[in-house]
Amino acid sequence: MSVALTRERPAGGDVARAFAAAAAVVDPEIPVLTVADLGILRSVALEDGVAVARLTPTYSGCPAVLAIELAVEAALLEAGFAARVERQLSPAWTTDWITEDGRAKLLAYGIAPPEKAGRSIRALFGEIEVACPRCGSTDTARLSEFGSTACKALYRCRRCAEPFDHFKCI
Amino acid sequence: MADGAAHLAFLLRLADDHLILGHRLSEWCGHAPMLEEDLAMPNMALDLIGQARALYDHAGLVEGKGRGEDDFAYLRRERDYLNCLMVERENGDFAHTMLRQLYFAAFMQPFWQAMTASSDPTLAAIAGKAVKEVAYHVRHAGEWVIRLGDGTEESAGRLRAAAEELAPYADELFEGDRVTAEMAAAGIAPEPSALRPSFEATLAGIFAEARLAAPQAPFPIAGGRQGRHSEAMGHLLAELQHMQLRYPGAVW
Repeated sequence: MSVALTRERPAGGDVARAFAAAAAVVDPEIPVLTVADLGILRSVALEDGVAVARLTPTYSGCPAVLAIELAVEAALLEAGFAARVERQLSPAWTTDWITEDGRAKLLAYGIAPPEKAGRSIRALFGEIEVACPRCGSTDTARLSEFGSTACKALYRCRRCAEPFDHFKCI
Repeated sequence: MADGAAHLAFLLRLADDHLILGHRLSEWCGHAPMLEEDLAMPNMALDLIGQARALYDHAGLVEGKGRGEDDFAYLRRERDYLNCLMVERENGDFAHTMLRQLYFAAFMQPFWQAMTASSDPTLAAIAGKAVKEVAYHVRHAGEWVIRLGDGTEESAGRLRAAAEELAPYADELFEGDRVTAEMAAAGIAPEPSALRPSFEATLAGIFAEARLAAPQAPFPIAGGRQGRHSEAMGHLLAELQHMQLRYPGAVW
């Protein structure tokens, strides 16, 4: 095989490096969050010399899924791995998998982070207080169930009068 | 184990319901009565079309003839689509679209809930996501039905007219036949008739708040599950399939 066409094949101990490369990819719609912050990067493994990343979609129809999968594959190639990305549907992603770090980043970015839902659908619709990411007031109102993307709802703060996105609990 | 043909028919019925209703909702993009709804309806359309894609993909594997999601979505003839007739109805006004959305979501909510325990692991995985998405659809449509029904004389009148027009199509959601019986026997899906109490309870609560009398439907209309469609379907498919028919095999 021609040397020029052969990518460096890392040894088995490089799983952590492959994971770090995949984990650093950011979400195209919320660029302050990485796929690891979101919790959609389920695993990275080395299988027969190929770095296999498994990702799970946030929503069934999320239009960013393909872009994210390609970005993860590109990041692994960039890090010198032969790469493959697989879509994993089960278990279904939940906003509970967003890391604490990810929640803090969302808030700083101006998006109210989702509350913890646990497994109950009923909990999704319990009386929840959504605090304004700008002034912190909980005197807020939901303007629309569906905001700029499927994963966000549109709110308005009654105190500072600013509209803001709320990452819906799912 | 279920007969492969029944399994395939079941998956296509389910996928076609979602594709066609998703297409109808997407027609509102740029035409909704307010910006928030102009965002909401395409977002729900994305959920529905995303669910349809996963179902078509699975149908292709069950069929085992190499057909994929685009083949099922774009390259079949009208008689091969197995969606219920309600989802292909023209959008009408906003009240009509919201009430249709409520009917469909109120049916799909207990359906997906039951499907999370399906003996078909791919369907159970799809259901695990869809059951949460449909909960938002029920809430969204329900809030609008209440607001319209309990609103002005004009909005209440439009909602009543929508109810009269849609009521004859509700029974088809619960239609049972050899396909549904085989799916139930194989533990793949519940008999749709078993979901009726949950559906009726959801509607009864919302209709009461909306001051809307439960519409009567003495003459139910059906046929979609056997591929017999209304006139609206041909026009819809002309739009939906246009790109693939004009440029066969186009990809991007």
